[in-house]
Amino acid sequence: MSDLWLPTLLLLDSTIRLAAPLILAALAGLFCERAGIVNIALEGKLLGGAFAAAAAAQLTGSAWIGLLAAMAFGWGLAMVHGFATITHRGDQVVSGMALNILVAGLGPVLANAWFQQAGRIPVTAEDARFPSLTLPFAEAARSVPIIGQIYAELLSGHNLLVYLAFLAVPLTFWVIWKTRFGLRLRAVGENPAAVDTAGISVPWMRYRALMVSGALCGIGGAYLSIAQNAGYLRDMSAGKGYLALAALIFGKWRPVPTLLACLLFAFTDALQIRLQGLPVAGIGEIPTQFVQAIPYVVTVILLAGFVGRAVAPKAIGVPYMKDR
Amino acid sequence: MAVGGARRLPAWADYGLLPLLNLVVAFLIAGLVVLALGENPLEASGYLVRGAFGSPEVLSWTLFYATNFVFTGLAVAIAFRAGLFNIGAEGQAYIGGLGLTLVCLYLGDLPFFVILPLATVAAVAFGAVWGFIPGWLQAKRGSHIVITTIMFNFIAASIMTYLLVYVLIRPGSSSPETATFAENAWMPQLWQLGAALGLDLPRAPLNLSFFWALICTLLFWLFLSRTRAGFELRVVGRNDQAAVYAGISPARWQMIAMALSGALASFIALNEVMGSHHRLLLNFTGGYGFVGIAVALMGRNHPVGILLAALLFGALYQGGSELAFDMPAITKDMVVVVQGLVILFAGALEHFFRPSLEALFRRRRALPA
Repeated sequence: MSDLWLPTLLLLDSTIRLAAPLILAALAGLFCERAGIVNIALEGKLLGGAFAAAAAAQLTGSAWIGLLAAMAFGWGLAMVHGFATITHRGDQVVSGMALNILVAGLGPVLANAWFQQAGRIPVTAEDARFPSLTLPFAEAARSVPIIGQIYAELLSGHNLLVYLAFLAVPLTFWVIWKTRFGLRLRAVGENPAAVDTAGISVPWMRYRALMVSGALCGIGGAYLSIAQNAGYLRDMSAGKGYLALAALIFGKWRPVPTLLACLLFAFTDALQIRLQGLPVAGIGEIPTQFVQAIPYVVTVILLAGFVGRAVAPKAIGVPYMKDR
Repeated sequence: MAVGGARRLPAWADYGLLPLLNLVVAFLIAGLVVLALGENPLEASGYLVRGAFGSPEVLSWTLFYATNFVFTGLAVAIAFRAGLFNIGAEGQAYIGGLGLTLVCLYLGDLPFFVILPLATVAAVAFGAVWGFIPGWLQAKRGSHIVITTIMFNFIAASIMTYLLVYVLIRPGSSSPETATFAENAWMPQLWQLGAALGLDLPRAPLNLSFFWALICTLLFWLFLSRTRAGFELRVVGRNDQAAVYAGISPARWQMIAMALSGALASFIALNEVMGSHHRLLLNFTGGYGFVGIAVALMGRNHPVGILLAALLFGALYQGGSELAFDMPAITKDMVVVVQGLVILFAGALEHFFRPSLEALFRRRRALPA
């Protein structure tokens, strides 16, 4: 028991670390998809956030300025998305794809010109990164079996932004389901004409949803470059934005199920890292590529309606026209 | 385009002026980025144009890249014409490359004129299946094609990494790639054909696939505008309810369009794997599938437009590498920036200039001639 207990704990611990950016991006997606805007640009916003955070943190030496820069950059990308899809009623998927590709190119170009590190931005200073937090009494609790160990290993010792990501879930739940803003946001995604009739501006609601979404993605990006890693690398988001989108669909556009989906996907990722080059009794070495592909296969199966049914907000992807 | 009403823009403005305007804006913004890098955009454009068209050798490279983009541009466009957004050309080309490689590796002893059709059929079959499944899931199960094709790109990448690392890897090699094909399975490059005819062509990987790309463009046009099947496909893309009333099954044509799309994308493997590398490499598709989106949008899903847009992106890819050599501050990623900007302005913001342009033409028409 005891020789399985600690590895399990460490596996869950890395699950939590890997889930943080997925959670932030998935919640970002939740805000705008609930408002009726398809957001495949989550990937680009994460990557853009990572770039902006690393650049700002390295230049100023402050992690907080890095975080603000990431949020601002994510916000800015969201505004471009809004300008194209809300103001000019452009195709939301095309716009999202454009932003993803734009950011994937812009990051290395600017990083190369500004930092001369072949498209990387190393973040060197201690204060330019977010530290891990040790919860109170964690060291003392370590000696208590099971509960103490869970507290010390699993709950304590994470990055500030990880705690922020997990806090964002109940906060999102409250905003979406318990506030007037949330009610209107959901209504705009289901039946924008009704919201318009009530005298509320559909474009402005959608712009606000995008603002929240851009900033949240920015935080997720900052986590990648100035918390989890020490700097920006090209394509470092590595499909996490798409995975977050899958988690959002898997979670049926609800905060708590989405959180669980993120944790599940992060777990497969943690498992895959753990299994690399490790023979499993009776099976032999499991090719990590198959474990890696699990979230994608699961999403396809779910979307096809073989396991439950994912029903999207009704007005998703449809530009709103007043005169229709 | 106004359906059921008077066309508000003359065709030349709709298909020529508007895309050109969008392109100009995209390049102006790219110029601003170059300025931000501390370089002169005009000087950079000079290097780019010379790097893409300045000599027979670089021109061959430009056409080599353009060949890839014709295939992926047509692939994305045929799905667009059926009303579907196929983001999965990348994965379809990758899996298509697997089919082609299996033939070239294991049947490499056969003469070239036997291998070529076999390899093409294998690439088409693999790529078409990889496109058909998302099409089927969309048509029959209602799964969103965009999400499914994104997932299929990742699944394809996982499968190919696995196969290249564990199964198809050249024995004794440490890098994930297959053994080099027997020379029977090499697509003749143009300079080799030229040498046989006594012509001295530059040594570039431009190969027979280039002509196949032109033929495909012609077939694309014939199919869509001259056959009943192509008409039905377009009706489904325009208005699937009208299609149902006319007795056309949208589901059927969505699936066929996606299979055709996957087949067209898989031809990248002819150009890259059979024509240039002569072995299967990890990520040999290099993002060309995504470029296809920009090519299709810029070419307005029209074969002539796609040819021109593919040539533009071929020039950007080739000229971009020369530019990166001449101006080290500007890396090859600048091409990706331009690609993103083109998709943004020619795709998402296609309505940006339309109202003002329409107003302009209305005013001109209102004036007494």
